[in-house]
Amino acid sequence: MSINWYKYASPASFYFLAGRMIPYFSIAAIVLLIVGLYIGFFVAPTDFQQGEAYRIIFIHVPAAWMSMFLYVVMAFWAGIGLAFNTRLSSMMATAIAPTGAMFTFIALWTGAWWGKPMWGTWWVWDARLTSELILFFLYIGFMSLQAAIDDPRRADKAGAIIALVGVVNIPIIYFSVQWWNTLHQGASVSIAQSPKMATAMLAGMLIMALAVWMYSIAMILMRARTIILERERHTAWVAELKGITR
Amino acid sequence: MLTWVIRRDLLLAVRRQADVLTTLFFFIIVVSLFPLGVGPEMNTLRIMAPGIVWVAALLASMLSLGRMFSNDYLDGTLEQILLSPTSLSLLVLGKMLSHWLITGVPLVLMAPVLGIQYDLPFSALVVLTLSLLLGTPILSLIGAIGAALTLGLRGGGVLVSLLVLPLYIPVLIFGAGAVEASTAGLGFEAHFSLLGAFLLVSLVFAPWATAASLRISME
Repeated sequence: MSINWYKYASPASFYFLAGRMIPYFSIAAIVLLIVGLYIGFFVAPTDFQQGEAYRIIFIHVPAAWMSMFLYVVMAFWAGIGLAFNTRLSSMMATAIAPTGAMFTFIALWTGAWWGKPMWGTWWVWDARLTSELILFFLYIGFMSLQAAIDDPRRADKAGAIIALVGVVNIPIIYFSVQWWNTLHQGASVSIAQSPKMATAMLAGMLIMALAVWMYSIAMILMRARTIILERERHTAWVAELKGITR
Repeated sequence: MLTWVIRRDLLLAVRRQADVLTTLFFFIIVVSLFPLGVGPEMNTLRIMAPGIVWVAALLASMLSLGRMFSNDYLDGTLEQILLSPTSLSLLVLGKMLSHWLITGVPLVLMAPVLGIQYDLPFSALVVLTLSLLLGTPILSLIGAIGAALTLGLRGGGVLVSLLVLPLYIPVLIFGAGAVEASTAGLGFEAHFSLLGAFLLVSLVFAPWATAASLRISME
């Protein structure tokens, strides 16, 4: 079976496809979230070193993974939009940014909650924390640039350039921060050496990661649908959707 | 064509010296504010000096980014530049270099004097100046992308700081790090090599990205 991908590159047909897919992803997200949180908070054993407080990682780690992954996906779609001038790709990039920024924020916030009982401090200038913070700044930069530009096509392209420049810079920033951290002989704590995990912990974490994936996809599709409607509001198919004849 | 752009921008800067001097004095004032904020304890200041001078240089370079294209944009020169048959990347490189000559070089020349305020030893002063000499062109090169993207936008000045400052972080780390490493008795060559690498990479990619951004902004 071959799928005509170009068909779904049109915002009009993607709108309906996304509408059909959203319920599945939403239900999957809710189910996985409940299962994952149950495993995380009730099934997984108490960590002998970190006590109960470690359980925040079931939210923290999937959020951190997702925050980094989404930036790359965002830059990918923005780049496709810039190269092939496809409107839908750029809309996807715009739709991804707030979700990515939210996960970056969650990762930082839950990291602080984890850090307080573990290290006795809300924040350390650890390499990972610092690069996550910078990633948050990059998301904010992308979103504020797009928000400042009124013409959506210019916003798409300008956002694409800053996203691509950002994605090239992420490894540079990451290694700079890491070397900076080791040069200063860093905070004495490092989250790099994680203890071996019990199976239930690992299962909980992976299920939570999947839940976060499903949530992101559902959320991004919803936001993409809204963006499509907003941008295509003058077209005939949107008018038909509303039952308005012009 | 490259020299033509540089000569023109330098001539404009000479005719409007206030612009150059404001950036320089901003740099001096920011560096001089820190002792007033953290106290005149010389041992603390000596440790903080490289970071302070570098952060001030970042801010000064960033604040002057607005002028890189906006005057040309307002009087229509930029449109003519875009129409010119010469490669836009090359012309943009000229604008970047002249921005560095106008704002970067005065900072580099002023840095040793400010370092003396912080009681830095002579060897550290040399490393600080050299690190700025190597690092400030990168600021102009990367900053140009932000300046081109925010051209003619409302609130462009604040926006450019959000876009550009996170990208400046590696330069800050290794620029200030070089001075710290040399005062700690470690070698600063590795830091300089990395700064040089950043300079080369941004020299290759930044004019290209800036040219693309200008075309988007001028559509």
